[in-house]
Amino acid sequence: MIKIEKRNDVSPSIYFFTPILAIFLTLFGGGIIFYVLGFNPVEALKFFFITPISDLYGFSELLVKATPLCLIAIGLSFCFKSNNWNIGAEGQLIFGGIVGGGVALLFYGHDGFYVLPIIILSGAIGGMIFAMIPAVLKTYLNTNEILVSLMLVYVAKLLLDYLVVGPWSNPEGFNFPETRQFSESARMPILFNGLRIHAGIFITLITVFLSWLILYKTYLGFQIKVSGLSLKTAKYAGYKGKTMIIIVFMISGACAGLAGVGEITGPIGQLHRNISPDYGFTAIIVAFLGRLNPIGIIFASLIVALTYLGAETAQIFLQVPKYTGQVFQGMILFFLLGSDYLLFFKIKFLGLKKNEL
Amino acid sequence: MYKNFLRYVISVLFFLGVSGQANADFKVGFVYVGPTGDHGWTYQHDEGRKAVEAAGIKTTYVESVPEGADAERVIRQLAQSGHDLIFTTSFGYMDPTNKVAKDFPNVKFEHATGYKREHSNVSTYSARFYEGRTLLGHMAGKMTKTNVIGYIASFPIPEVIRGINAMTLAAQKVNPDIKTKIVWVFTWYDPGKESEAAQALIDQGADVIMQHTDSTAPVQVAEKAGVWSFGQASDMQRFAPKSILTSIIDDWAPYYVERSIAARDGTWKQQDTWHGLKEGMVAMAPYNSAMGTDLVKEVEQLQKDLASGKTHSFTGPIYDQKGNILVAEGSVADDGMLAGMNVYVKGVEGDIPQ
Repeated sequence: MIKIEKRNDVSPSIYFFTPILAIFLTLFGGGIIFYVLGFNPVEALKFFFITPISDLYGFSELLVKATPLCLIAIGLSFCFKSNNWNIGAEGQLIFGGIVGGGVALLFYGHDGFYVLPIIILSGAIGGMIFAMIPAVLKTYLNTNEILVSLMLVYVAKLLLDYLVVGPWSNPEGFNFPETRQFSESARMPILFNGLRIHAGIFITLITVFLSWLILYKTYLGFQIKVSGLSLKTAKYAGYKGKTMIIIVFMISGACAGLAGVGEITGPIGQLHRNISPDYGFTAIIVAFLGRLNPIGIIFASLIVALTYLGAETAQIFLQVPKYTGQVFQGMILFFLLGSDYLLFFKIKFLGLKKNEL
Repeated sequence: MYKNFLRYVISVLFFLGVSGQANADFKVGFVYVGPTGDHGWTYQHDEGRKAVEAAGIKTTYVESVPEGADAERVIRQLAQSGHDLIFTTSFGYMDPTNKVAKDFPNVKFEHATGYKREHSNVSTYSARFYEGRTLLGHMAGKMTKTNVIGYIASFPIPEVIRGINAMTLAAQKVNPDIKTKIVWVFTWYDPGKESEAAQALIDQGADVIMQHTDSTAPVQVAEKAGVWSFGQASDMQRFAPKSILTSIIDDWAPYYVERSIAARDGTWKQQDTWHGLKEGMVAMAPYNSAMGTDLVKEVEQLQKDLASGKTHSFTGPIYDQKGNILVAEGSVADDGMLAGMNVYVKGVEGDIPQ
């Protein structure tokens, strides 16, 4: 007979150690998979995790890929910490991109230092407004925010489709579904010649710092944490629950919007249908892998970004399918959740007792 | 003795030189937008890659590369990791391809279906799929009983509009009463959306279905509903054996092999290729005998005439939806007009999404 018991004493150090354990288990599991596929596991893992960042270009690409993931995940941590399940960061990213991109097109041909800040700000506001829809509906009409935020992803995607096919399509682009390339003044400054790493990384770092400040040093952050731990306690303490829900969604949406606008003004340089390879959904993994902690999320975003790059190099050098990268992401989450379970619950193997026979 | 030795050294050097040129390190890279198992667009490009491999040239591919910020990195990685020729097989790779080409002047790039060749090491290529559409139109016009032909379209780009028009013109020639109904799905590959669109068209009375999308979903829906259909990009006969009349096959293999060998031997030059039935870049799968031997013979003759140039898909007089003349009687549309086509011909229902 197997019995599952809740553990009462979970030490915080182990709580932060389990993600690292999950990563090692993933490496081990991945090694076995590569071995079964007929590769030298050490070599294969090297191609997967070392080769992509073995030069400056690769390292810059890692940061380019991790930047939006980190931003979105930081925003999501506000929601998740307070038990608000915002699943629609992808939609908020796209809507932020639409608003920022619209402003960029408005400023087409304009020069001036003010252009880019306006675009970035409008992108953040776009994401924020889009995230307020599920928040307001939840607080005033009691709708389920998971459903509403998720369905709004499709609304944002279809709106983007409509705009790039129709009114915003490049007049010289033979009707292909994309806008013009933005003017130079509307692009994120590149930090190093020849690399794609752009100023968006500073926005991300500032956001991480501000998040840490809000979450751990302010009354709002305390309220968020208490509401996450126990909604009833929060009510007894007299916290204004509705306002807080709207605020965490606004923060989350603004971060996703920033990520969207960072992509279109950074590496992409225009609006088209594929501005995000599902960053908004992957960021959910990142947020949990990073334990909803700002520093944890930085590392988690780097690791998840690396699995993407690794999947590409593994394809090029080992000729394995792209989906190996997704297997790795799945394994990380599986091992994390698995070790979490064992962290909070004890499994007891009991012999059969006499009276049960 | 000394002379012989010199001769020996020279011949060894020469041999090394030659083998260096036809070098064993020569590699060709492919970037795909979908999975190789899509049985459509990407599948056919991968068939082309296999032909290059069979010709003794090493190849690498990266599949399901999103057309966003990731494409540039993948293309650059291929260039950096010693690939000498890189085929980027989707329109969305146009700007990333040109960007990377600028930084790797010694690597050759081939971009499918695009129009930008910003550097001398970038070529573009595409196929005259509209010639296949003309054949489809002929068959559709003869086979339809309801006089409604259903067309699942992806994006309102000249490529797709051209196919719709070529099909409609050919169908009208054999059946003046036909109407072309279009559903825009705004995707190249989405089995769910494609099958919904096919069902919608069948519900609106279409008894012949064709699609400018890549999945096998529409032909499978047609098979179930008992209407006629056509395969797209590859031979989809086995997915709908009763319903499919034929498939338009994109045969990239000869082009890929030719260009790879040219790049290896140093004879590669920038060009813009637009090949059709004549060169075999567009091919037709075996015709379904269910349409009767007479019709099969007719279509085979038309295929020969299109290939030889005796017939052109866009022969005047051609009118737009409002009745304005597009191509005068006795003349044919030139490539410039075909490349920028953005109006429907008479007989197509609805408006182009703008």
